[in-house]
Amino acid sequence: MSRNRTSGENGISRRDFLRYGMYGAAGLAMADWLTLRACAGETSPPAPTRGRKAKAVIQIWLGGGPSHLDTFDPKPDAGRDYCGPYNKALATNVAGIQLCQMLPLLAKMADKYALLRGMTHGNGSHETATYMVQTGQKAGGNLVYPGIGAVTSYFKGYNGGYKGMLPPYITVTSPQGRFSESGFLGSKYKPFSTGGDPSRDPFAVEGVVAENITEARQRERRGLLEGLDSFAKERGADPAVQAVEASQRKAYDVILGDAGKAFVLSEEKPEVRDRYGRSRFGQSCLLARRLVQRGVPFITINHGGWDTHKQHFQSMGQKLPDLDKGVSALLQDLAACGLLDSTIVWVSGEFGRTPKVLWEAPWNGGRGHYGKAFSALVAGGGFRGGTVVGKTDEHGETVVERPIYPCDLIGSMYELLGIDGNAKLPTPQGAQMAVSPFADNAIPAKETGGLLREIM
Amino acid sequence: MTYRWHMTAAMATVLLLFAPQPQVARAADANPPPERFALLADSDSRIDQLVGAELKARGIPPSERCTDEVFARRVFLDAAGTLPTPADVRKFLADTSPGKRSRLIDDLLARREFADYLALRWEDLLRLKSEFPSNLWPNAVQAYDRWIRTCIRANMPCDQFARELLTASGSNFRNPPANFYRAFQERTPRQIADNAALVFMGVRLGDAGLTEEQILGFSAFFAKIGYKNTDEWKEEIVFFNPDGQLADPKGGDPVRPTPLGGRPLRLAPGADPRAAFADWLTSPKNPWFARNAVNRVWFWLLGRGIVHEPDNLAPSNKPWSPKLLAYLEKELVDHKYDIRHIYRIILNSNTYQLSSTPDAWNSADMEGFSRYRIRRLDAEPLLDAVNQVLGTGERYTSNIPEPFTFLPGDLRAICLADGSVESSFLELFGRPPRNSSFESERSAASSVFQAQHMLNSSHIQKKIEQSPVLRQLTSVRPVPPRPAKEPPAAKQQGKGKNGVTVREAKIVPGGIRKPMVVEPDRQKLLVEELYLRILSRFPAADEKKTALAYLKAPGRQPAAAVFDLTWALLNTKEFILKH
Repeated sequence: MSRNRTSGENGISRRDFLRYGMYGAAGLAMADWLTLRACAGETSPPAPTRGRKAKAVIQIWLGGGPSHLDTFDPKPDAGRDYCGPYNKALATNVAGIQLCQMLPLLAKMADKYALLRGMTHGNGSHETATYMVQTGQKAGGNLVYPGIGAVTSYFKGYNGGYKGMLPPYITVTSPQGRFSESGFLGSKYKPFSTGGDPSRDPFAVEGVVAENITEARQRERRGLLEGLDSFAKERGADPAVQAVEASQRKAYDVILGDAGKAFVLSEEKPEVRDRYGRSRFGQSCLLARRLVQRGVPFITINHGGWDTHKQHFQSMGQKLPDLDKGVSALLQDLAACGLLDSTIVWVSGEFGRTPKVLWEAPWNGGRGHYGKAFSALVAGGGFRGGTVVGKTDEHGETVVERPIYPCDLIGSMYELLGIDGNAKLPTPQGAQMAVSPFADNAIPAKETGGLLREIM
Repeated sequence: MTYRWHMTAAMATVLLLFAPQPQVARAADANPPPERFALLADSDSRIDQLVGAELKARGIPPSERCTDEVFARRVFLDAAGTLPTPADVRKFLADTSPGKRSRLIDDLLARREFADYLALRWEDLLRLKSEFPSNLWPNAVQAYDRWIRTCIRANMPCDQFARELLTASGSNFRNPPANFYRAFQERTPRQIADNAALVFMGVRLGDAGLTEEQILGFSAFFAKIGYKNTDEWKEEIVFFNPDGQLADPKGGDPVRPTPLGGRPLRLAPGADPRAAFADWLTSPKNPWFARNAVNRVWFWLLGRGIVHEPDNLAPSNKPWSPKLLAYLEKELVDHKYDIRHIYRIILNSNTYQLSSTPDAWNSADMEGFSRYRIRRLDAEPLLDAVNQVLGTGERYTSNIPEPFTFLPGDLRAICLADGSVESSFLELFGRPPRNSSFESERSAASSVFQAQHMLNSSHIQKKIEQSPVLRQLTSVRPVPPRPAKEPPAAKQQGKGKNGVTVREAKIVPGGIRKPMVVEPDRQKLLVEELYLRILSRFPAADEKKTALAYLKAPGRQPAAAVFDLTWALLNTKEFILKH
């Protein structure tokens, strides 16, 4: 039995949940676990079923589009016009798998993740590609579909038994902007954005952790608000007044309660924080781990800056070590506390970058947008590590084996999450749209390589 | 009659549970007295007579007429998306001559803010957005926005406005209304037809009981549109393409343009069917165009359409009062499609001016117009109101797509042209993503995140702590207004004449100048000023007492006390909601 089933779904009280969450799910001894389940009125855990391993997703979104050659699909022999200065790929701890030389820490743990080198959709516009990669849908039609984060929040958030005080869909730190994550599901399923900078102490989380307001002052001014809210007292029966009142009450449960502790990264040992890297990105990864430990089903780390038309290799010199540290520490920690089996980690941008370096002016060593072939990394949650799916040609320009379209990856994640592809999502106008792009045979055979069965 | 008795008893129970006020107690024992209907029945306004008759038929009396201070705040927010300044409120309350509400309405309809707020509504409908899914591109959004705002400021009749959009050709940068045909994920005749029907007719083609043949014929109006690029980056020309056609899936001749409920048109070769569409749409006989326009305005002002949802004028979706809808429709046509006229007659009606306070007989009325509907301020007016109260600004930017957009710090949210401009606050408070043109995309729902943000975010807290208005209200030596960067509200406070006498502001450690109220006898004036600024009214005696007690509490840092008082008033339901 996997130990990750401490999420709020099982009816464990919030207090217990938070308490155990503190130690990480791994801290739960089997006896405690059984007691907890018994308390929750259940006799035995549901039998594990195929494709229901994943409880959570950490999406590491490399907005702008990272170069596949300089990350997960190195071409050290392609010459300077393709690989620039990165002409010595690194062997990993899995025979036959190589990574870009800028990712030495990840190279030590290739057994934990799968590299998807056959990603393709052919679109070179940020906004449309962003939509396609995160929804699995083609652009077009009158509908804007929700991304996988909003869909997960719809099925595994408060409607799906989630009882945590933290929002079920959290973006660290800023919203994506390029498309509205919740599509036709509407604002209720949008992610909560933390704001702030997790590498700073304290990490001010908008609306949750205020920097300079003591708890005593919080209580005093709450009292003042109650004293002055005469309109609310007069009109307490009005639904709109009640709605704001209820929201404020719940907000105070979060503000004055324990939920905010998830964001107190200083609770972690300094060595741990160092391992992730003390950058905004590294500490975002650490935060993501803490949120998964508390049962949050979908976390996006919005890590932009990959749209390197110019000065590409200078940027990579800074960004790749940061990425390497953060992602490797996250995978290592999740594995160590037994959460990797139940947590999908997905690292991807909306597309790759032109394999051929643009040495000429005005780019002077840049890479353009490239949707024909790119890479993603997936780990955990039922994806088998130490694997590579798909292959590009010698220059990384074309997928020559096993193409993976966005719908293939998104559909695979839905299956691992136990979200039924045929389930329906309501539009505000009353239509019912299927979750999976594959439902109703909507995807022509030439636009899919199939679900990622080989690694599930 | 029995039915009414049941309602009354149930309502009374609810009211007694939640608001045990003395006047409620009498409710259970009687039907509404006939004189309760007089406010609407005896009114000169045709709207009131029609609403009154409908309410009477339903046995639901209207609430009282709202007070002047409630009216001032409400009409500013509804018509102009803007909170009144203390000067606005003082001036209006001090006026004792008859007809002052009408004059305020005229004043507001002539203001720039009115046009800006109406332009915002239209920009939602037309989905102005640089990026996905409209993909208009920043330069085109700016040109389009300027054109829309200019039309509305000049009060272009709404039939002409629709015609200009629907028949536009040319460059997206140089002839802005041509962007109407660009804001689609797929530029197919069907998609364009869906949108034109929704926006200008309030008809959902797929959901209005129409046959596939009818929809196809209607779509054929948009089959002769071409697009081409130029040498300029992202410039695009929309043109009439005489060779365009819509194939009939059953084979045979291309589909001929067919008005809804009409016969296929025979257009001369070389005639642009879009012109024929505009002629048909804006004809006084068209049963949808004027109805849709007035129903939307009613929805915007009263929070619920006469037909609801407002963009679903399907035959099966009955209006609350067909006569009221027909009257407004006729008014629009008779007044040459002047949309301000519709605003004017609605705002002047007692129906609009009803109190939001329910009585025992109308508290369960959720569909009708027996009292003003309490609802949350929309995202943009709410953020503007916070900034106006505090004299602060907002730095709106858009990093996508290039060229990046940076907007001046005093730009109001109701003036934002581009749905791609990022703002966590606006997203949180239900700004529509402009994915579609449905009114329901804008959300007035309340959420825990919203409450957390207002109660506990650094965004709001910093505004309060850095507010030049609070500094002004509490310092003896007026801080010179910072030119250009501060919104007008801050400038108005620059004279230090609000009656608050204070000693020189104190420099606290760290060099930040914090407000410092030092003369206790002047604190009363400060409280009054904050109430006027934030809630658009004077404080009641008990409120004043509570506020003063907080300011005077021993051991409380004076600056923090002023901040907290401001914070508390910004978090009252009275501020967050329209009422």
